[in-house]
Amino acid sequence: MTFLGMPTAPRGVGRLRGDAPFPVAARAALTDTQLRRNIGHATETIRARRAALVAEMPDWEQLRRAGEAIKADTLARLPEVLVQLEEQVTAAGGTVHWARDAIEANAIVTSLVQATGADEVVKIKSMVTQEIGLNEALAAAGITAHETDLAELIVQLGHDRPSHIVVPAIHRNRTEIRDIFRRAMPGVRPDLTDDPPQLAEAARTYLRRKFLSARVAVSGANFAVAETGTVVIVESEGNGRMCLTLPEVLITVMGIEKVIPTFADLEVFLQLLPRSATGERMNPYTSMWTGVTAGDGPREFHLVLLDNGRTATLADPDGRAALHCIRCGACLNVCPVYERVGGHAYGSVYPGPIGAVITPQLTGVADNPDLPFASTLCGACFDACPVRIDIPSMLVHLRARAVASKGASLERGVFGAIAWTLRSPRRFSAAIRLARLGRLLGRRRDRISRLPWPLSRWTVARDAPRPPRQSLREWWRSRPTKPGAGE
Amino acid sequence: MQVALFATCLVDAFFPRAGQATVALLERLGHEVVLPREQTCCGQMHINSGYPDQALALIRRHVTTFEPYDVVVAPSASCVGCARHQHPTVARRLGDTALADRAEALAARTYDLSEFLVDVLGVTDVGASYPHRVTLHPTCHSLRMVRVGDRPLRLLRAVRGIDLVEMPGADACCGFGGTFAVKNSDVSTAMLSDKLRDILTVRAEVVTAGDVSCLMHIDGGLTRLRTGTRAVHLAEILASTDG
Amino acid sequence: MTSARDEILARVRTALGPNPAPVTVLREYRRSSTMDNVIELFEDRLRDYGATVVHVTPDGVAAAVAEQVRGRVRVAPGLPWLESGPDGPHVGGVAVEVDDGGPAAELDAVDTAVTGAAAACAVTGTIVLDGSPDQGRRALTLVPDRHVCVVHSGQIVGAVPELLARLNPRAPLTFVSGPSATADIELQRVKGVHGPRQLVVIIVADTTGQ
Repeated sequence: MTFLGMPTAPRGVGRLRGDAPFPVAARAALTDTQLRRNIGHATETIRARRAALVAEMPDWEQLRRAGEAIKADTLARLPEVLVQLEEQVTAAGGTVHWARDAIEANAIVTSLVQATGADEVVKIKSMVTQEIGLNEALAAAGITAHETDLAELIVQLGHDRPSHIVVPAIHRNRTEIRDIFRRAMPGVRPDLTDDPPQLAEAARTYLRRKFLSARVAVSGANFAVAETGTVVIVESEGNGRMCLTLPEVLITVMGIEKVIPTFADLEVFLQLLPRSATGERMNPYTSMWTGVTAGDGPREFHLVLLDNGRTATLADPDGRAALHCIRCGACLNVCPVYERVGGHAYGSVYPGPIGAVITPQLTGVADNPDLPFASTLCGACFDACPVRIDIPSMLVHLRARAVASKGASLERGVFGAIAWTLRSPRRFSAAIRLARLGRLLGRRRDRISRLPWPLSRWTVARDAPRPPRQSLREWWRSRPTKPGAGE
Repeated sequence: MQVALFATCLVDAFFPRAGQATVALLERLGHEVVLPREQTCCGQMHINSGYPDQALALIRRHVTTFEPYDVVVAPSASCVGCARHQHPTVARRLGDTALADRAEALAARTYDLSEFLVDVLGVTDVGASYPHRVTLHPTCHSLRMVRVGDRPLRLLRAVRGIDLVEMPGADACCGFGGTFAVKNSDVSTAMLSDKLRDILTVRAEVVTAGDVSCLMHIDGGLTRLRTGTRAVHLAEILASTDG
Repeated sequence: MTSARDEILARVRTALGPNPAPVTVLREYRRSSTMDNVIELFEDRLRDYGATVVHVTPDGVAAAVAEQVRGRVRVAPGLPWLESGPDGPHVGGVAVEVDDGGPAAELDAVDTAVTGAAAACAVTGTIVLDGSPDQGRRALTLVPDRHVCVVHSGQIVGAVPELLARLNPRAPLTFVSGPSATADIELQRVKGVHGPRQLVVIIVADTTGQ
């Protein structure tokens, strides 16, 4: 459960563990025609948009390298950077809280809300509060959390789960959204159509009342600047600005890895993030605030710094770069696996390639042993990552950790036998001769149509090659001329 | 130039024609090819399946086998990528720094066939003739691990009689992914079916690639569905002098 | 019992080990732009976002504002073009309210907000507001549906690094790049969710300061 003895995200709270192993959940998702159409269309659209906007940046590679280096530098100096952030936020009139895990963070936020006497909060889309299951914890304390991001609202009203880091309702099309709104949005007009502007208008009308009456807002953070204590939220709709500006109390929950050293570092991330996330030169709204400002915005600001498995991730030198992630979702959009199964199959709020390296590290690989294998290692995620996280190499590394966490197994025995065979050219040649018996299986079509378990999973949809009469080394040995140096 | 053929286990055992074509091609270009007999497998399957400990001995065997040669060429970008990027990493992670250094030195003179032809030999026209309608699956590891870029395409464009067509979404993964095809066979199949659709859309007779593993996967789908389209290794096309 | 703070910091130190290797950050990307068409590009980006762009000379600002506002108008308290008359404050002859920091709910009845800006960036079509008297509190430019923003040509820089260099990090900052929008429904961009759905940018050609 631990890496270097570092505690991981606790079980029984939050959304980092799925109900079914990835291959099983994925199998179900593959048969959902509507889901595949919706996700396929959406990822294709956003891929094209991102590619066009990245192509117009001649210094994109330099920005990626700078982003990678800033994140690595921050992690290498994390204690001092976090303490500096705390000092600066406090000096600017904010209050900093530290939470070892989801349970502690939920308790802190709940008691802060209770202290205001409010029984509802408005929320900005935030991955970390999904991760820790904050809404459920607040509900248990009698506090209603209203999601205000359009996609999160769709998910919340539909009693659904987010399926994408940036576009949580990517798995829903306009007609499904209209039906959810008609069914679950209080006060919605009954003749609501599925025209996107009309759906957005419905959300605007419904949420405006909430914004103007809410006393407490809860947010995540895209970045927090240690040097100044400035917190940054990047958004599109203006719901973030509403939450950050109108309520009296603002509570921000952020993972400790979201800190960056200097304000100038934002010049890198504000160029990388919007182009990678939504395929825009800049997102419509970015808000930055430092503590509290008299006469402008909340009079109380709380910043909750969360571990929840991040130090366990940091403890693995070959896995810690997963903490560099700026949650742009670009790797999801280019991933051929994500594109076909969507986000729910991953069982975590962090789906896709980055989720497959973050989630098992936050929970410990033993709790998510299938996720590192949910990839063909095609490498598209690394090329798309704005901070150059080498996700394929990290997946390979985590596979080794997943295998090690299982100890002895039939699979280990089989791989061991194969490795033993391959350690000797003589044994390898013998194995090839043995495999030649398989020629019988393919004598009708020169292909093998059916193999026993577990290779039956291959032949269920594909033929297997018929072993040749002669291996390459046998052919080489039989060549009349040109005896090479090796033979 | 003497070239040591890093045949790869899959070519050796199942697709010797790709190896024979590589030999024929390099010899036609005037080079001496040797097949070091001690080679077996680079260990990629073990590394990517979570058993780097078991792969270590295979890495050591690979390095020891090919170290004496000045140039090592493989008809498989995936295996070249493993030797180049994974061998040093795994050896270092498992504490064998000396092996990691040796692997790194060897990797610097290990080439994918298309890299060797275009970069080292400086040829794109290898004198091949192949009068068929062909589409290239560029393969993930060729593109994003070894970064061969458009070298296979440049080589194919110079082939006489070839009718080269680009399939849509060519750079998308075929869904093989080693043991992924077994562990996540449903997702793998979904990816394969889209790849087959793209191949069939351009009505190619032949789909080619620089990796036998992807070709084995694609061929398995093509023949299962009786499409009539064949999967042929890039080396076989470049070695061909038909018509 | 140790505090969560001390425990997390201790975990971080353990995770990093005794001597974490220092990392050098190379900033080889463009930090300044050498473009000569900054204003043109800025306008192009704004139009791309669906904003309205108006060009004026310094003495034409008040009239342009008067022309662009609709309905009930509220202006930032320190707006330079604010004049007081016998019938109350006005800009270019149009009666306006001056934002007094009252309850934000009042802003819901306001149709147009008028402000200046702190800085702007051409490459991304971004305007930044920093809460200075000519820009007002953040709610002013958020709740009303129409935002008329006056930007001086000298405030427009080329690239993002130049923009950030002009800002006071400790001020409440709002970066506005076009009107409120969402792409949450099938990745189709829809203008206008919660923030102003109409953004009008009045670009003032400064004779100096460019």
